[in-house]
Amino acid sequence: MISRRVVQILILGLFIASNYYGFKWFRGNLSAAKILDSFYLADPYAALQMLAAGMLISLDILIGGLIMLGFYGLFVGRAFCSWVCPVNIVTDTAFWLRNKINIKIPSGQQVKITRKARYWIMVLGLAVSAVVGVAAFEYISPISMLHRGLIYGIGTAWLIVLMVFIFDLLVLKHGWCGYLCPLGAFYSTIGKYSLLRINHIKEACTDCNDCKVVCPEVQVLDIIGTKSGIINYGACTNCGRCIDVCEDNALKYSFRKLKI
Amino acid sequence: MTAPGNKYSRRESIRKILGSGGLFAIGGMAWAGYVDENKSTAMVLRPPGALDEPDFVRACIKCGICVEVCPYDTLELAKAGSEFPVGTPYFKPRDIPCYMCTDIPCTVDCPTDALDESLVSIAKENGTTVLDINKSKMGIAILNAETCLAFWGIRCDACYRACPLIDEAITLDLTRNERTGKHAMLKPKINNEVCTGCGMCEHACITEETSIYVLPVDQVKGKVNDQYIKGWEEGDEARMDTTKVYRDTKTNKQSTLDYLNDTESLLEDE
Repeated sequence: MISRRVVQILILGLFIASNYYGFKWFRGNLSAAKILDSFYLADPYAALQMLAAGMLISLDILIGGLIMLGFYGLFVGRAFCSWVCPVNIVTDTAFWLRNKINIKIPSGQQVKITRKARYWIMVLGLAVSAVVGVAAFEYISPISMLHRGLIYGIGTAWLIVLMVFIFDLLVLKHGWCGYLCPLGAFYSTIGKYSLLRINHIKEACTDCNDCKVVCPEVQVLDIIGTKSGIINYGACTNCGRCIDVCEDNALKYSFRKLKI
Repeated sequence: MTAPGNKYSRRESIRKILGSGGLFAIGGMAWAGYVDENKSTAMVLRPPGALDEPDFVRACIKCGICVEVCPYDTLELAKAGSEFPVGTPYFKPRDIPCYMCTDIPCTVDCPTDALDESLVSIAKENGTTVLDINKSKMGIAILNAETCLAFWGIRCDACYRACPLIDEAITLDLTRNERTGKHAMLKPKINNEVCTGCGMCEHACITEETSIYVLPVDQVKGKVNDQYIKGWEEGDEARMDTTKVYRDTKTNKQSTLDYLNDTESLLEDE
């Protein structure tokens, strides 16, 4: 948990400092960045939207996008969401406050959205990009807006961030990240087969269900207490909260065993 | 009827599919409408090397690297809620103009080629290209002769002196001051073909609100219809062969002559 915040804030800080103090390590932002003044990284979902919008993407963006695609897809899975994304700090705060002031909505009165909605929104984002001819999610994305805003000045984007906060706090638990965010859906889709996985050891588990209380994507923990093995879902963000909270050492990070 | 193993009946399933499908359709339309409304504006000045506005907003990934590498802090990324499409770079020359770096870092470092080096490069004889910031077309300067002090007969040539292409993009028209009868007026004149739109003139203008200002090229450029030919310019008459109106209009010499010689119809009493 603490290392997660450190990584998030460090990445953010490096981008901000690179702008304010003019050093060249992390130029740009999470949409596209020039690292150490030598190579580019790019948000693959943004690149995909540009492609859908009818733009031949440049070589720099193609390579930068593929690097990120490979990094998340092959190695760390959906870790962007929990280790890099600045909105995650906002939604985690909302979750923390929600528990602190004990907001409980009786079942039956909750807002009903399926967790699959975000995948449709992801597809919709590409479709809308194709129709209007620009990368559509980039015009409303609280992620890009917050990150860009913190580096270059935020304007009224804080309103959108506040909307996400209130939605998560009062309307739906983990609402933005868990149900709506198309970028999270994108990283879920590509992160399904990544090497880094949470591993469950059934023999050590005492069925306390603490992990299910803290997990933002609780549906991925279906094997807890019934079966040993890896949490094999793209939606798992590898945040490690379940590992932190587990008193029995029944959960740990591990690498997927490759059958060759 | 609910088939065994199914949570919903067929009717319920169809209703659910249509319901959420409709919701997505509405959401998609609202989304598309919002983005379409906000994706571009005609009145924005982009960095040197920028593609045409529709292509530019399509290509720009809103990373802000151009803003960071600009040594004069000329460029800004549009904030949400500002007059410009969110996250895209622009500049306001009255605040800070483009100082025309010869190495054009904003364009060179652009990862998406929304700022395209080829638009600010010239080809050399040996086949290589070399950057030339003077080829940029960020906008065109427009002069307000009502408020320009030079047009009042007061001596001011601030814009002319500030212009990096002095005597090319801005020249001085020397005219006689008819009011005093013994002074000259030094009226600045902008050459649209040469002006890069850097805005140093706008930045330098001494009037309270600037009397010379840069507008996007599309807002300024005029276009003459094809059929107007500069007969006094060598070669321009050749366009008559290719211009559609001349090529496609059938003329009959005899009927033209008859029309000119037809004096009788003029004398006819109605």
